Amino acid sequence: MPAWLAAPGFFMSPLGLITPQQMHFSEPLPLKSGAVLAGYTLTYETYGTLNADKSNAVLVCHALNASHHVAGQHADGSLGWWDNLVGPGKPLDTNRFFVIGVNNPGSCFGSTGPMHVNPATGRVYGADFPVVTVEDWVDAQVRLVSALGIEQLAAVLGGSLGGMQALDWALRHPHRLRHCVAVATAPNLSAQNIAFNEVARRAIVTDPDFHGGHFYAHGVVPKRGLRVARMIGHITYLSDDAMEAKFGRELKSGVDGQLGYTTQDIEFQIESYLRHQGDKFSEYFDANTYLLITRALDYFDPAREHGGSLSKAFAAARDKNFLLVSFTTDWRFSPARSREIVKALVDNRIQASYAEIAAPHGHDAFLLDDPRYHGVMRNYFAGITT
Amino acid sequence: MSDRADWEVIASLVPQGSRVLDLGCGTGELLAYLQATKGCTGYGIEIDDANVQACVQRGVNVIQLNLEEGLALFDDRSFDVVLQLDTLQHLRNTEHMLRETARVGRIGIVAFPNFAHWPNRVAVALGRMPVTKVLPYQWYDTPNIRVGTLADFEVLARTCGLQVTDRFGLQGGQVVRRWPNLMASVAVFRFEKT
Repeated sequence: MPAWLAAPGFFMSPLGLITPQQMHFSEPLPLKSGAVLAGYTLTYETYGTLNADKSNAVLVCHALNASHHVAGQHADGSLGWWDNLVGPGKPLDTNRFFVIGVNNPGSCFGSTGPMHVNPATGRVYGADFPVVTVEDWVDAQVRLVSALGIEQLAAVLGGSLGGMQALDWALRHPHRLRHCVAVATAPNLSAQNIAFNEVARRAIVTDPDFHGGHFYAHGVVPKRGLRVARMIGHITYLSDDAMEAKFGRELKSGVDGQLGYTTQDIEFQIESYLRHQGDKFSEYFDANTYLLITRALDYFDPAREHGGSLSKAFAAARDKNFLLVSFTTDWRFSPARSREIVKALVDNRIQASYAEIAAPHGHDAFLLDDPRYHGVMRNYFAGITT
Repeated sequence: MSDRADWEVIASLVPQGSRVLDLGCGTGELLAYLQATKGCTGYGIEIDDANVQACVQRGVNVIQLNLEEGLALFDDRSFDVVLQLDTLQHLRNTEHMLRETARVGRIGIVAFPNFAHWPNRVAVALGRMPVTKVLPYQWYDTPNIRVGTLADFEVLARTCGLQVTDRFGLQGGQVVRRWPNLMASVAVFRFEKT
């Protein structure tokens, strides 16, 4: 971002400058695995104003590589990852709603994670950070919401892995929310999805700089593994058509149509793009966090505790309201997976709407501003009473 | 079926407090009316993006789905009433959808343009396809991929093993029970699975 955009007084987001906040929780968090997360800190942001009866709060849950920085602009100029959706006059209108973004424990953007010191050992957690699940994150989020004095959220919203968290709120803490908005999500990961995650994890774990997850002490970062992990992820977030439209067989810029007949140098534009994305990612993302978050994705499966019946799992959310959205070209979290959730909602006669948007962009569509998608979101949030 | 008077007649066929599935619910007008005046609950099915947005705006539950794919989302007899209003003539697989309607609902209500309405007969007798209020399209740009008559539906219902519990015509918001196949532009059927 050019410096002038980040200069004071000039903001790309109508929310303007947003400063993250932190809250410490000294009470240990019991985890699904049976382990316990000792005292921990959550980093979060809020937008808009909490009304007098605290009935207008909306929690936004983040996905794999995002954070509490949902909207607005940081001092370094970085724009929130869902700034096109959240803000004054936006589909999730901060003139009406008090919106909370929170970084999950185990992540690497400020909340307690593997790069922090384990109070039990005095050493950096590294690979010893306990395995966290979607349910554990939601439990941590519940505590933050309580600490902010909010008894019941107007809505919980999330896309992809964030959508799983939104669903879990409705299933395990139904009295703490009125609406659940889950975009481009799934009731669990398919074998193919777990397979992609496993390839990414192996890329990281087999990087000689990983050192069994304790690379911090060695002063290195398993960047090679992180790069490959990100490249794989990126391929799965785009549709075949979107990638074709954006890159096709275009050659790397500046080669003037000449093939280099090389096996290791970049020849095609798509290679250049993926390497660039991988490089960028390896500069800021934590390797242990990547392992933890992909594992949380793998483990999410609310039907498992109900004899494999998703309908039985959703019985707990009977008096809630749902909006589900999927995108036709999303092959990582396909519409068929969202329809499984819709079926469970219908089986329980739950108030629900489902939009299946014919967007060309693949999984990434949930972060873009397709007018049909944002139109449904806008209308849904407009109908939520506060 | 766009006239308020028409769908007030349809609404009168829906029992108080019914669970309703509205196939091809459009902007959700009828479902909203049934919710407000008869305490009904349920879902609309709609394929069009703008209509889905309109339903959400109205506070009507809507599921975006292509009806040609069937109603696999819904269990047998999971609704009191399944509505199929002004939808049948757009579907490729009319017979399958009719069977699905009867499977999912206790009561099915179907309404569609009656091609045997006398002005249509006159138009065809004079050698031209009719263009009317209920069939407002030219033959070459109509979204109706099929046309049928009240009498035709009677036969199809029998083939599908449906018991017709009521049938009448609608003309200008009025129920037509005398010679409906001739005198009404819209055919309405209420049926149950035998």
